[in-house]
Amino acid sequence: MILETLVEARSGHPGGSLSAVELVVALYYSVMKHDPKRPTWPERDRFILSKGHAAPLLYSVLAQQGYFSLEELKTLRKINSLLQGHPDPRKTPGVEMAAGSEGIGLSVGIGEALAAKIDNKDYRVYVMMGDGEMQEGQIWEAAMCASKYRLDNLCGIVDRNGIQQDGLTEQIMPIEPLASKWKAFNWNVIQVDGYNFEQILEAFNAASQMRNKPTVIIAHTTKGKGVEFMEWSPEYHGKVPDRKSIETIVKEWKSE
Amino acid sequence: MAQVLSPEEIGDILDKPKKGSMREAFGETLVRLGSELKDIVVVGADTTGSIKTSLFGAKYPERFFNVGIAESNLVSVAAGLGIAGKIPFASTYAVFAPGKCVDQIRNAIAYPEVNMKLVASHAGISVGPDGASHQELEDIATMRAIPNMHVVIPSDPNSTSRLVEILARDKGPYYMRIARPDCPFIYSAAQASSIRKGGSMTVRDGSDATIIACGLLVYEALIAARKLATENSLNVRVIDMLSIKPIDEMAIIKAASATGGIVTAEEHNVIGGLGGAVAEIVVENYPVLMRRIGTQDTFGESGESGELMIKYGLTASNISAKILELKNLDRK
Ligand SMILES: Cc1ncc(C[n+]2csc(CCOP(=O)(O)OP(=O)(O)O)c2C)c(N)n1
Ligand SMILES: [Mg+2]
Repeated sequence: MILETLVEARSGHPGGSLSAVELVVALYYSVMKHDPKRPTWPERDRFILSKGHAAPLLYSVLAQQGYFSLEELKTLRKINSLLQGHPDPRKTPGVEMAAGSEGIGLSVGIGEALAAKIDNKDYRVYVMMGDGEMQEGQIWEAAMCASKYRLDNLCGIVDRNGIQQDGLTEQIMPIEPLASKWKAFNWNVIQVDGYNFEQILEAFNAASQMRNKPTVIIAHTTKGKGVEFMEWSPEYHGKVPDRKSIETIVKEWKSE
Repeated sequence: MAQVLSPEEIGDILDKPKKGSMREAFGETLVRLGSELKDIVVVGADTTGSIKTSLFGAKYPERFFNVGIAESNLVSVAAGLGIAGKIPFASTYAVFAPGKCVDQIRNAIAYPEVNMKLVASHAGISVGPDGASHQELEDIATMRAIPNMHVVIPSDPNSTSRLVEILARDKGPYYMRIARPDCPFIYSAAQASSIRKGGSMTVRDGSDATIIACGLLVYEALIAARKLATENSLNVRVIDMLSIKPIDEMAIIKAASATGGIVTAEEHNVIGGLGGAVAEIVVENYPVLMRRIGTQDTFGESGESGELMIKYGLTASNISAKILELKNLDRK
């Protein structure tokens, strides 16, 4: 569905939308407390897609959950659409924060987590980041801040797909050793296979049990997951495959 | 100033437009200058393929640095290279630089007057489907408000090349903004070579009113001027304001006194951009009626770039409508 949406829009970021499907599905289908009929319900758990270019993934899940109709997906990136190229909370029900400029979401998540502490509310805040996004200095300002305030209601997720726009993260600007960096900033660090639901659910559960520390889940994923010619190909970070190849893929998936 | 293009040339540009890419012109010019000016260094931030500075990286890998997704680092590293005697070109999308690092640009570059060139691509609403988050409409205002900063805006691929050359050879902090879509050529390389530091180009002469435009709107201004000539018998001057700071004050004052009314057109918020800069000169020297075309203090949205230009009024027809509005007020 993500792919069909992107083909309809003729532009967008397929690679980073496909790599994190299982993680976002796990959140919306079993981890998070939320209500599609009340997108602004004050008690809801929050999900911030800091890597906003994966908007098609978020929109597909929100539509499936009933935040808006599946028909809307066809208008992605088109003029006058509810569905902007990057998330816009004023236009799209269920979108928590405007994103598109990487590096900002974790700090915003801190703000929402602090507000929960002030108000004695028990909602949790989830922030999905890209691995290339780890290169933004603000991520580490936020990392320091969240552990200072012992934000155990905050959970970061890093989509560790190894690729950014110009190439491989470890060639463009190495981010390893990533887990030890987060540990050094005093975070609870959990590593999972980003396609293993059992591990993913266990990790979210462990994060919610953790006291006095924020948790980061480093999810090992594959950019362009599920589409053989897109996997591990930086080219498909910001390029949409043609309609024909997508139709073939979708047929294969459906027959599986 | 005599007009740069002959009526036949303008006709050719409008009837048989030849298109090219500002980004490619930027990347290719860096490669060409790189062999002569060994001090040119290029810094990128994970958008080097898109902005074509990767061309320079392929040719001169030892003078090319990719700092990753880290724009504050991008411009600050470039500042250090400039202080150490290099000619640094830093570039990424305009929403991220200057967007994400005005502090570093102000304090580490403009204040100490460092020789550093920031070239931002994907400026304006013509970015298209990525939407408002990626459509920088405030950069002219922020950059021109910073002391010591030069601000230049090419209108086609050849003026892009020419301005890159001026930036490389002049000392000091510069901001240049280019657009994402391919665009029609306005100048031949020879015509573009007469672009001077701080100068404008009068691409079409006229005496009934003046359009002062920058970037992609210069072409729209030429279309509008022709329409006004054929449909309304108005002879309208068109000035391409390639340098917003310093700005060509004489060209503005002369246009005000000789033609009486001015419409500005830019792919930027009407607050603080080209329109504001022109108005500042006009009111202090030769007040005439003006209209400013730009986005009306609003964010953009997703859509095809052409559709957005129409929806937000950044078109030839809006320019000609505003000229007619001025002429009608004139008569009253
Ligand atoms: C601050 C900022 N700089 C640059 C960009 C342009 N850009 C869009 S996506 C991208 C690469 C993202 O890589 P990563 O964070 O690893 O995301 P993913 O691989 O999950 O798509 C870049 C550089 C951006 N969106 N934000
Ligand atoms: Mg990545």
